[in-house]
Amino acid sequence: MVSLLLILVSAVFVNNFVLARFLGICPFLGVSKKVETAIGMGMAVIFVMTVASVVTWFIQYFVLIPFGIEYLQTIAFILVIASLVQLVEMIIQKTSPVLYQSLGIFLPLITTNCAVLGVAVLSIQKSYSFLESVVFALGAGLGFTLAMVLFAGLRERVELCPVPNSFRGTAIALVTAGLLSLAFMGFAGLVKG
Amino acid sequence: MLTAVLCLGGIGLVAAATLGAASKKFAVEVDPREAAILDALPGANCGACGEPGCSGYAKGVAEGRLAPTLCTPGGSGTIQAIADILGIEAVATTPQVAVVLCQGDNEKATSKYRYLGLSDCNAAQKLADGPKTCPGGCLGLGSCANACPFGAIEMTPQGLAVINRDKCTGCEKCVSVCPRNVIKMVPKDATVHVLCNSHDKGAAVRKYCQVGCIGCNICKKTVPEAYQIENFLARVDYEHHEDAAQAIEKCPMKCIHDFSTGYPAGSRLATTKPETSKQPAA
Repeated sequence: MVSLLLILVSAVFVNNFVLARFLGICPFLGVSKKVETAIGMGMAVIFVMTVASVVTWFIQYFVLIPFGIEYLQTIAFILVIASLVQLVEMIIQKTSPVLYQSLGIFLPLITTNCAVLGVAVLSIQKSYSFLESVVFALGAGLGFTLAMVLFAGLRERVELCPVPNSFRGTAIALVTAGLLSLAFMGFAGLVKG
Repeated sequence: MLTAVLCLGGIGLVAAATLGAASKKFAVEVDPREAAILDALPGANCGACGEPGCSGYAKGVAEGRLAPTLCTPGGSGTIQAIADILGIEAVATTPQVAVVLCQGDNEKATSKYRYLGLSDCNAAQKLADGPKTCPGGCLGLGSCANACPFGAIEMTPQGLAVINRDKCTGCEKCVSVCPRNVIKMVPKDATVHVLCNSHDKGAAVRKYCQVGCIGCNICKKTVPEAYQIENFLARVDYEHHEDAAQAIEKCPMKCIHDFSTGYPAGSRLATTKPETSKQPAA
């Protein structure tokens, strides 16, 4: 139980996927102009990461290892995650239009997101058990959402500030992201992980 | 080698089969007219129709829930296109444009104090009701220009918003963002407007603005059917605006402006005449 909690805290804060591992930078910069969309994107990532880690764990231990083809891990995972997200999108569109309205546009964006693939690969590398890898994926998603929401909040404020012309837009966003990342480095040493 | 090919191929095959089956089982029927209508819309997602975006409006029109005439930015061309798709008669609507009813820039109108805060009209308005002495005048900090999805609003160096009548699509974004309600929607065929938004009495207006309406009634005496005076402020009656231009010369404050002769002085547009705002020949 304690180890699960450690994995969760480690994934959310210490080894935050965006701010410490630098995975998923693309949606982090792209969809973070408004807090609302950042939350929507974050929810979609939490969902997809958790489902993807479940499926890739089974693929790894019931297909790749028994057949001795672990070296095809990356391509197999991409294939599975991409088709899984498509499937989930279809099911959501049919069964829950409301959820589809809020998550739908973000789902295709993260089919081949490196953070999602990163979670799957890392939990295999760390040889997590099934439950551990699910908790790890959940933590990674939460960490991603946290980073997105914090960053979107910062950007909304920076938008109103008298930023020098040459720094406007993406430039100041990258500086902000760097500072936020530095702040998260403060969590290093909290949990070894 | 063979196991690798078979395994990966197998995973791919299973995934493809599942997706194929799912796309049949979970197919969501979409009205084909909805996509066609969406194509015909301007795609600015401005919200003028009252829906969150163009796709919501397209859906509403296809379902028959919304009228096909609500897309003001698209104008009559879009309405015609939607009508063609739905197979109904198009109803002509008068296109509307937004106009800033103020000429009192920082040179012509006085300020209560020097405002050095955020360059945002809504922020300025919260500080003792804005720096401008006139309670209705344009603050000139450009909130409307920032809100305009079509880049139709120009801020003059003297601090006044001027709306390009050719670029304005009538989406009313600027109207809702302006804290002083100085932007009004007017029919596009009307080119003569009283560019003032102050309801103060004449003596008070004279103190703070060189070009404010003092409610002297001269325009109404010159062309009685084209003007209305309400609370010391003249307005063009857009139902009967045909002869409104006759009063321009008579106005002692020079606050009636005819956009068919060009934009107000001080604007970069001042030298260009709007293409689409020709006066009726009569």
